[in-house]
Amino acid sequence: MAGLGFACLLLALGVCVYGIGAALYGVRSGRPEFSDSARRAVYALAGILTIAFAVLEVAFLGNDFTFNTVADTSSRTTPTFYKAAAVWSSQEGSLLLWAWLLSLWSSLALFLTRKRMRDIAAYATAILLGFGGFFIALMVIYANPFATTRPAPAEGVGLDPLLRFPTMGIHPPMLYSGYTLCTIPLAFGMGALLARRVDADWIKAIRRFAFAAWLFLGIGILLGARWSYAELGWGGYWGWDAVENASLMPWLTGTAFLHSLMIQERRGMLKVWNVSLVLATGTLAIMGTFLVRSGVLNSIHAFGGATLGVPFVALIALLIAASIYLVVTRRDMLRSEHRLDSLLSRESVFIANNLVLVALCFVIFWGTYFPLISEALTGQEASVGPPWFDRYTVPLALVLVLLSGIGPVIAWRRATLANARRSFLAPIALALATLVVLLGTGIAHRSFAIAMFCCAAFVFGSVGQEFFRGVRARRAMAGEAPPRALLSLVLRNRRRYGGYVVHIGIAVLFVGVAASSSFQHASELSLSPGQSTRVGAYTLRYVRPTATITPKYDAAHTGSTLSLGAVLDVTKGGRHVATLNPSEGFYASQDASQGTVGSLVGGQPVSHVATDAGITRDVWSAIAPDIEAPALQRIITVGNATLSSEESLVAIGYLARAYLKSPPPAQFHFIVSPLVMWIWIGGLIVFGGGLIAIWPPPSAVRRRVGARSHARAERSLARV
Amino acid sequence: MNPARKRTVRLVVALSAAVLLASALVYTSFSAASPALTPSQLVRQAQPGRSYELTGTVLAKSVHRSGETLYFSVEDRAGGTAIPLSYTGTVPDPFREGREVVVTVQKQGSDYVGERNSLITKCPSKYKTAPASEKQNY
Repeated sequence: MAGLGFACLLLALGVCVYGIGAALYGVRSGRPEFSDSARRAVYALAGILTIAFAVLEVAFLGNDFTFNTVADTSSRTTPTFYKAAAVWSSQEGSLLLWAWLLSLWSSLALFLTRKRMRDIAAYATAILLGFGGFFIALMVIYANPFATTRPAPAEGVGLDPLLRFPTMGIHPPMLYSGYTLCTIPLAFGMGALLARRVDADWIKAIRRFAFAAWLFLGIGILLGARWSYAELGWGGYWGWDAVENASLMPWLTGTAFLHSLMIQERRGMLKVWNVSLVLATGTLAIMGTFLVRSGVLNSIHAFGGATLGVPFVALIALLIAASIYLVVTRRDMLRSEHRLDSLLSRESVFIANNLVLVALCFVIFWGTYFPLISEALTGQEASVGPPWFDRYTVPLALVLVLLSGIGPVIAWRRATLANARRSFLAPIALALATLVVLLGTGIAHRSFAIAMFCCAAFVFGSVGQEFFRGVRARRAMAGEAPPRALLSLVLRNRRRYGGYVVHIGIAVLFVGVAASSSFQHASELSLSPGQSTRVGAYTLRYVRPTATITPKYDAAHTGSTLSLGAVLDVTKGGRHVATLNPSEGFYASQDASQGTVGSLVGGQPVSHVATDAGITRDVWSAIAPDIEAPALQRIITVGNATLSSEESLVAIGYLARAYLKSPPPAQFHFIVSPLVMWIWIGGLIVFGGGLIAIWPPPSAVRRRVGARSHARAERSLARV
Repeated sequence: MNPARKRTVRLVVALSAAVLLASALVYTSFSAASPALTPSQLVRQAQPGRSYELTGTVLAKSVHRSGETLYFSVEDRAGGTAIPLSYTGTVPDPFREGREVVVTVQKQGSDYVGERNSLITKCPSKYKTAPASEKQNY
């Protein structure tokens, strides 16, 4: 099996080399049959990598520990779902996932453009195969997912318990889909520059892929935030970690591109800017991948001991140099067809939005890579923390939300005073009303939160007004009932109204961020059963301890041998609100020196957070039980000295009973956060709006169906 | 003002603003940054009241808790110098003896105190390479 997998990698590498040669020869010599052959090489690459990925999945699901990656990241006791997801938990497997997804998305992009822009598509084919070849070469040379060890170990290490969370099944594939999709606009952008065809055609061809990249990356980022909040014991959803930042940067430049491309489509402006954004987004996606693989920066996500820094630096340097060269040498072709008519126009607002997004990206880039910049300039590695990021990103986020309310309602080319009054009166009134209400509640000292709530109200007002006017117009034209008028309005203008829904979602999301970060109450303390503490308006009482044992081969085994926790009673004003059961799972380790009993609970402990989530607030709790307490350690020590590994679970039973009988004080972390739920609801709205916007419009479907009918009719006529 | 001159003025204003903002960014990043030091470097360079980002591994048998405060020592990756410190705040799940950690610390008198919620633990188990002799590449 491993032989088949590695053969697939070698074959895939050969296909990439052939495809690059064929594409370049085809386009340079004017022989399209070679370009077509190169495109089919991409399809073949997708097929070959699908087989390779399937081989690795089968090895994981079948516990084939001759594969090093399987032995290192899976085990017989790892639940089946996590065995399947463990494929991308290792360096090698995640590189294979990257290359596989790249081949799939590239195939789709090249299939959809097979009859258009042949010269641009040929260059894009070569570039996409270049990326594919790079990742496959990394696997062949540095990180072979099909490397084996014989004889195979009897049992694997198992998936890191921290990764045993349902999101593991979808968060990495979403992020990698986002990253790989970012390379498609880059490939077509470079193709357009190489082919010297920089009109709006290539932008129209890749628009949907840029949107898909944005959507997948956004979903991946949000799922990561949710994972962090719901699983890790710190209660936060964003920590300005280097790898988090790395995924946010291409999303920001991608967002900028999705706005500025509209100006190029409508007015033939911003060509240099658009092509630069596309190239920057693709390069940032590769840099994001590099950041995780290289271990160059401190991050909780980094693959420790990784050795792939040098090849990635070479690829990134090549991308930057090629991008600059192409934009500079083609600058005459990239001249704008029109000038900006007025600073009071939708074009200006989009440009301002682009500048803010790029400034945000620059701030995050500087802060993320500051340790390297500092070391290069001063010889001393230094880093900046969350307060530094907040200082710049908070005001920029406020401006961004405000602009997302102005953009949809301001006129193209030149807004008149009458137009501005008509468009902004209601949104401004709503924002001011919000301000008055908020000041009346006595929270004037939380200026950021108040400003964000007012900006969000402005967005709700402006976008709501657009929907209202659209529905009113449709009712007047077609006499439809309001729900039907709303539906047909959105269906007929999916891109526009999908975008508006996204704006609403972003405003909702930021309301959640502002409220939860400004009005959060948190407490970390040690409690014994019967004791209670007050967090905000809530009282949390430690009622009693809990302990559960799950034997290794139990059908319900989730991986942890022992789980110690607490029953918490949450009350507000003397009224029962919720019962919470936070716990911490203790996992087995492979370290025999911990003894027969000690090794059963000596692995990675993982918090199982308990939350009472609500529309207005979340009560979040985590526990760190003191398994090092002398009474518990004594049981482990005696068990290690007297019990064999077959009998060792008996001691874990004693340990659980001892914990229940006389529990040592446990460390608790409580957080009461208002409106956290709205971050996830906002994310869902953004996702929904994105889907509406990305869905092919009825006219396009009709065109495709029409084209098919036309072709059928032609064939029938030819037969006659 | 003719349109070309107007555009030039706008460009100069925009570029000046961008340069000013970028300068502020650069200045504040250097003034707010915490130098990243190993325990042996920190022992030599630490100035009271200044923040440092301490990187190293958690020394074996050094971890104990007293109330809300966690006490542990961080040693150089290659062993040798170890710095004992007190820390309050969130402790990441992967934190344990022998693990690589990053924590922001200040020297207060002769003691080192970790900044609240600044402890990061690097996860070592995501990527492991078997010794070359055990590997078999097809």
